[in-house]
Amino acid sequence: MTNTADATGHHQGAQLSNVEAVKLVAGRETSVRLRSKAFKIMLGITAVAFLAVPIITKLAAPGPSTQHVAVVQADAGYGQELSAVADKLHQKVDVIVVADPAAGTAAVRDGKVDAFVTAHGADGTEVTVDKSLPNSLQTLFAVVGQAPAAASQHVQVSPLEKADPQQGQKVAIAIVAGLLMYLILMTVGQMVAQGVVEEKTSRVVELLLATIKPWQLLAGKVVGVAVVGVVQLLVPGVLGLAVGMADGQLNVSLSASVGSLLWTLAWFVAGFWLYALVFASAGAMVSRQEDLGGVMAPIMMPLVAGWVVAISILPANPQSGLAEILSFVPFTAPVLMPMRWALGVAPLWQVLVALFLTLATGVVVLRFAGRVYRNSVLRSGARVPLREALKAA
Amino acid sequence: MSDRRLEVDALTKRYGDTVALDGMTFDVRAGEIFGFVGSNGAGKTTTMRIVLGVLAADGGEVRWAGVPVDHEIRSRIGYMPEERGLYPRMKVGEQLTYLARLHGLGAAQAAAAVAEWTERLGVHARVGDEVQKLSLGNQQRVQLAAALVHNPEILVLDEPFSGLDPVAVDVMSQVLREKAAEGIPVIFSSHQLDLVERLCDRVGIVRAGTMVACDTVDELRASGGEELLVHAPAAPEGWAAGVPGVTVRRQENGRTVLALDEGADDQTVLTAALATGPVREFARRRSTLTELFRHVVSTDTHTGEQQ
Repeated sequence: MTNTADATGHHQGAQLSNVEAVKLVAGRETSVRLRSKAFKIMLGITAVAFLAVPIITKLAAPGPSTQHVAVVQADAGYGQELSAVADKLHQKVDVIVVADPAAGTAAVRDGKVDAFVTAHGADGTEVTVDKSLPNSLQTLFAVVGQAPAAASQHVQVSPLEKADPQQGQKVAIAIVAGLLMYLILMTVGQMVAQGVVEEKTSRVVELLLATIKPWQLLAGKVVGVAVVGVVQLLVPGVLGLAVGMADGQLNVSLSASVGSLLWTLAWFVAGFWLYALVFASAGAMVSRQEDLGGVMAPIMMPLVAGWVVAISILPANPQSGLAEILSFVPFTAPVLMPMRWALGVAPLWQVLVALFLTLATGVVVLRFAGRVYRNSVLRSGARVPLREALKAA
Repeated sequence: MSDRRLEVDALTKRYGDTVALDGMTFDVRAGEIFGFVGSNGAGKTTTMRIVLGVLAADGGEVRWAGVPVDHEIRSRIGYMPEERGLYPRMKVGEQLTYLARLHGLGAAQAAAAVAEWTERLGVHARVGDEVQKLSLGNQQRVQLAAALVHNPEILVLDEPFSGLDPVAVDVMSQVLREKAAEGIPVIFSSHQLDLVERLCDRVGIVRAGTMVACDTVDELRASGGEELLVHAPAAPEGWAAGVPGVTVRRQENGRTVLALDEGADDQTVLTAALATGPVREFARRRSTLTELFRHVVSTDTHTGEQQ
């Protein structure tokens, strides 16, 4: 066959290998998307967003909320003094009187008060707190202590629980990681679906499939968009970390930050692999961009749900059982597990198991997605019913 | 070189209850231009899609030089789909280069082929423009370039002439002739039967997924018998109904086309025509492909009504 081809001199090329075909498709996908205006705008927005996060957390940190302090009966007078000084300092401090030290400690543990003053005098002030003493109270105690004797500005804090001094930063990193995953899976997933529909709408897919196999086209598209996603993940991620560290907001060690970023990257690959395939087959089922919303909504739901749970529960309660369970579910894991890892509540084995589960689900999904894609991509007109799309060829 | 034929052998294809192809069989020889005609929905596009492997047949086989067409052979076919397809927002040059490379050309070869074909087809000035910015006619030229850019061994073109201006039709015809002269089998479908008649070595007429007539243009025309064209402006409707040896094919604007039976006397017809008034034109000729095609299609409608 090849000999005849050479003899007539018509066809100059050789049959493409699978890798070459996928590479060509991926190359086109990446170069077209990286040059597109939409990508540059999106990259700009995410970069700005992640530059802004450290600044916003800084501004948002000292909230003007009322702080609660407990004192025992014997110190009621001291309590009044605290309130009076707080007023002068324009701080809102609410002082309650408890029956005994045990009740005071209990109030701290239940979160009813921020601090319980156990002793005060010339030696300084001793307070019990849950984790750490808010800065504003620290100042207040020091100022009040200063009044009778200069030597007593020392405030001794005994926390009930060992506070993690880096907790705030960990939460910040977790939110950034989760938000990045959520935004990027969402945008690149839609990119894949829109890319598939674009090829259907413009009918170029018929020309492509006369040359390469459906799976090569699908794989190339997914890989190409993945590269775009990595760029979109790395640029704001690195920028955000750099600014955070330069600003002094983040003093978590560089290696830990880079570690978080690398884990996020690994999760992006796993999550993208899973979602991209589903998004691609959804795209193949419709013929017009307008119909895309309907088929994408059910796919985006677990992603949105995972993010909502993550952002509403995790910062306040990293140990949440619901978050732990969802961080193993393949479709929510890519958002939740990197956050739990960043918060330091997920042991390595959990991360690895969840990662494995997500990748394994991707393998199963690949089978079905490939079938849906093959069955639907050349059918134009009305949306292809899922039952027909899943039919074995 | 002995058997360089593209053989379409007993293809069948169903879509649910609809039979799209019912034993479609024909062949196209190397160096031959084959015209594929038939009314809409007769199965032309389905056949071409199966040849290209875009669709799978339920039964039957497509062979090239005696070998079943596989993915490797398909990459050497130049294809122009009925529904034109190019990336609207990709530049002409990049798009053609991409398609050439997908067909296995190296980067340098692809660039050279793109330069050659955009020049030949008169779109070289637009290689840096996005496809969507081109006129429809120029998009068609780019589409043809996409079919030719990898120097295919076989050409399968689904309605390549639709939407082309007369100049582009000439360019396209010229390219097809050249390709055939190089020893490439060229198959194209079209509704422009005059064009098919002028360009094709052989023509296949399809109806309801089956090849009903497949021969050279001359043979096909001969099989349609002879016809008479009578221009008698004053002749009333149905004037020739009673004349022996002829059947009326159509009558419009005082011109009547009659099919002449074997051995029938045309002078009887002339006498009958003169009886209606003046006769401005009286000509005997062989059936045109259009006439033959109409005949086939009307048979189609007829059987359709019977069912």
